Amino acid sequence: MPTETLDVAKFKSKIAPDWCPGCGDFGVLAGLQKACATLGLDPKDVIVVSGIGCSSNLPGFFGSYGMHTLHGRSVAVAQGARLGNPDLTTIITGGDGDGYGIGIGHFIHAMRRNINVTYIVMNNQIYGLTTGQASPTTTLNTQTKSTPEGSIENPLNPIQLALVSGATFIGRAFSGSGERMAEVMTEAIKHKGFSLVDVFSPCVTYNKVNTYPWFRERVYDLQAEGHDTGSWDAAMAAAKQPDNRIATGVFYKTSIPTYEELEPAYKFGPPAKQKLGLDKETATALINSFK
Amino acid sequence: MSSSTTLSPRKVSVRVGGAAGDGIASVAETLAKACSRQGLYVYAYNSYQSVIRGGHINMQIRIGAKKVWSQGDQCDFLVALNQDTIARHAAEVTPGGGIIYNKEKIKLDAAALPKGVNDFGIPSSAIAAKFGKSPIMQNTVALGVLSFVANLPFDAVKDVIISTFKKKGDAVVDANVGAAQAGFDFAKENFKKVEYTWQLTGTKRMFLTGNQAIALGAVAGGCKFYSAYPMTPASGILHWLAPKGPKYGIVVKQCEDEIAAMNMAVGAGHVGARSMTGTSGGGFALMTEAIGLASMIEAPVVVVNCQRGGPSTGLPTKQEQGDLFQALGASQGDFPKFIIAPSTVEDAFYTTAEALNLAEIYQCPVILLSDLLLSEHYETIDDLDFSKVKIDRGEMVKDASNGSGTYKRYLSTPSGISPRALPGMAGMMYTAASDEHDEDGVVISDVFTDPAKRIVMMDKRMRKMDTALKNLPDPKVEGPAGADLTFITWGSTYNVVRDAIHRLEKEGVKVNHLNIKYLWPFQSDAISKILRSCKKTLIVEANFSGQLERLIRQETGLSIENHLRKYDGEPFGPEMVHAKAKSLLQGAKTPELAGKR
Repeated sequence: MPTETLDVAKFKSKIAPDWCPGCGDFGVLAGLQKACATLGLDPKDVIVVSGIGCSSNLPGFFGSYGMHTLHGRSVAVAQGARLGNPDLTTIITGGDGDGYGIGIGHFIHAMRRNINVTYIVMNNQIYGLTTGQASPTTTLNTQTKSTPEGSIENPLNPIQLALVSGATFIGRAFSGSGERMAEVMTEAIKHKGFSLVDVFSPCVTYNKVNTYPWFRERVYDLQAEGHDTGSWDAAMAAAKQPDNRIATGVFYKTSIPTYEELEPAYKFGPPAKQKLGLDKETATALINSFK
Repeated sequence: MSSSTTLSPRKVSVRVGGAAGDGIASVAETLAKACSRQGLYVYAYNSYQSVIRGGHINMQIRIGAKKVWSQGDQCDFLVALNQDTIARHAAEVTPGGGIIYNKEKIKLDAAALPKGVNDFGIPSSAIAAKFGKSPIMQNTVALGVLSFVANLPFDAVKDVIISTFKKKGDAVVDANVGAAQAGFDFAKENFKKVEYTWQLTGTKRMFLTGNQAIALGAVAGGCKFYSAYPMTPASGILHWLAPKGPKYGIVVKQCEDEIAAMNMAVGAGHVGARSMTGTSGGGFALMTEAIGLASMIEAPVVVVNCQRGGPSTGLPTKQEQGDLFQALGASQGDFPKFIIAPSTVEDAFYTTAEALNLAEIYQCPVILLSDLLLSEHYETIDDLDFSKVKIDRGEMVKDASNGSGTYKRYLSTPSGISPRALPGMAGMMYTAASDEHDEDGVVISDVFTDPAKRIVMMDKRMRKMDTALKNLPDPKVEGPAGADLTFITWGSTYNVVRDAIHRLEKEGVKVNHLNIKYLWPFQSDAISKILRSCKKTLIVEANFSGQLERLIRQETGLSIENHLRKYDGEPFGPEMVHAKAKSLLQGAKTPELAGKR
């Protein structure tokens, strides 16, 4: 029997990605295209917003509306786009430096707001586009151009940070396991509220420590081990990476009202689609309210 | 005790002074509203400090039968809520007026007062005690006293008290009305009222701040997204829009910082929601990178900067016009933007609506430069005309082909304006990039930075400013041609100069006035032409270095001969402007830098 094939092609743009051969971001792009196709989204109703960095070039390679903004500001711009037109499926893409370094303030506040966006972080534990400096997720003792004797800072744990910041969907994937990554992304986009997918996306040029083989030795799927995605404590524990194993899959999900559901202005429809201008009666009432 | 006296001026000023937390605003606002509702014009300015309790603050309320242009210089009635206020202001009270104070707590050396100033000392605590424990109630007593001695109808004061406290219930209303009535009765028994005839027409007019006018202009102009981080003196916009905005479909978003506020506004503007953000100089500094982003991706957005005293945290609650250079230089590189300074409360309303149009027509950031005085002072104005506000969303693409087969978001056109497609429209997908890009939005910075393409795109964007210069209204000179002196202003300084001009005109001096509203793009040709026709010029601006004066020189090659500057944090008074003009017309020299006094 013939199987129905996904129309992934409609999420491809005319621009070919210019990442280094072997870069993990190719897999992420393919995974995101597959996830959007799986969900049956119409490309015109999707907006992909990125910051600056190798991975932030993704919107140009993705067939939908896109924004390629400032370093560290993708989450802020995307929230504005989402609040301005909540009919758009809003996906944010970027790297660990962009999101966990310069943009971390916006990241934390977007999570506690539970705005319905999906944030996909291509975490390669290095600054790639600026040719290899330590990033917030670079592991202790790793040598980079800015840490020639090895990093003396502890890395940030994005999963635990997301848990304490109130993200309502937290997943992690490995770009080397494309199918599973696409599944996690699909679930993240479907989720109502802020969803984070931290993806290990190896930098083949500047990160010689966290390589594909390095990850393959360590990653495992939480869903294969009976993880309770409703348990915040279990998610915290799994995110600690006990036994030097690295958990992937869905850590945590919960359902609470989204920011959009609580915003009173939406009873007039999406701000981008409302009729502009006041009628005479409304204007007169406004004038009189100041008398 | 006091003798019946007559006040001569056309306008009467009441100054209420005390410490933060003494309840000055409630006294002053009640009085100002009461006058405004009786058909009088009011201009009220609160001089306050960056503290919640203590310090010295005073609110100056100037009242007249005709439009009041500034807070003025004089003080006819002083309501002193603490001893400090006596020390600071008692000697400034106009003969014929008087000082209202709680004589149980505050000492006044009547012998030291200027001749003819009335001592309206009252046992406020004792009177107020009958109406509740709150020490603030003494202020309501003082209001009743003021009502009697200044010959203002008590019912007007009473009506405002009722509407102010209505929400708090009958008991609170009754206590406050009772306290005011008791103050009035005490004054009636013990003092003689000042013989001053108010022209009370009963015409109710709008009474609002510049910030409220900006918020109202945003509502009228179709703003649908307002983002901000709290910062004095811009917070008044947020405070008005937060409860009321959603009723008009406006999403009002308080953000984690100004970087987020600006970037969110860019995102909302990009998807087609008219967006605005508001801040003061420090927050504006944080927004600057995203102002460049907006211009590069051609996203419409309005940025309100309510200037205050700088640099750094500077004078958080004080007046200054010190951010013109910051606005001009905000963000890296060359890019199109507008910088517009509204001058009056009315102008703040119309200009905000206009700014929302300009942002969409030219698809770039519009910086609205207000200042603390304009943003925070209260004023009585004639009704705003909402029918003058027209929505113009600029060129929108309707057909995906756009004449060339595929949609080019950044199509190079003669005007520089590329028809806009909003995310969600079929067949026109593109990525808006902060990197330099081609007409279709594809970045040219990655593979090969094509110099020819770069030039096309840079020229296209900058051409929008040429187009704007053709379309902006011409600057106008108010007053007679061939005047002996031309005043030049921007922003709220317009008003105090109008005030001084009225006095000069009465004295038979021929003066006129050029207010520059569009600071960028700069209307060099028209302004050069005006300046070349002037006999003598005087620029009045509230900053140290003469930022507009320098901009004029940069853009026209012309130097303004005389300047009056102030950077002590307090607004100009009309007397200072008047004196400067007189000295110039008589050829006398006066100290140039007012701040050094």
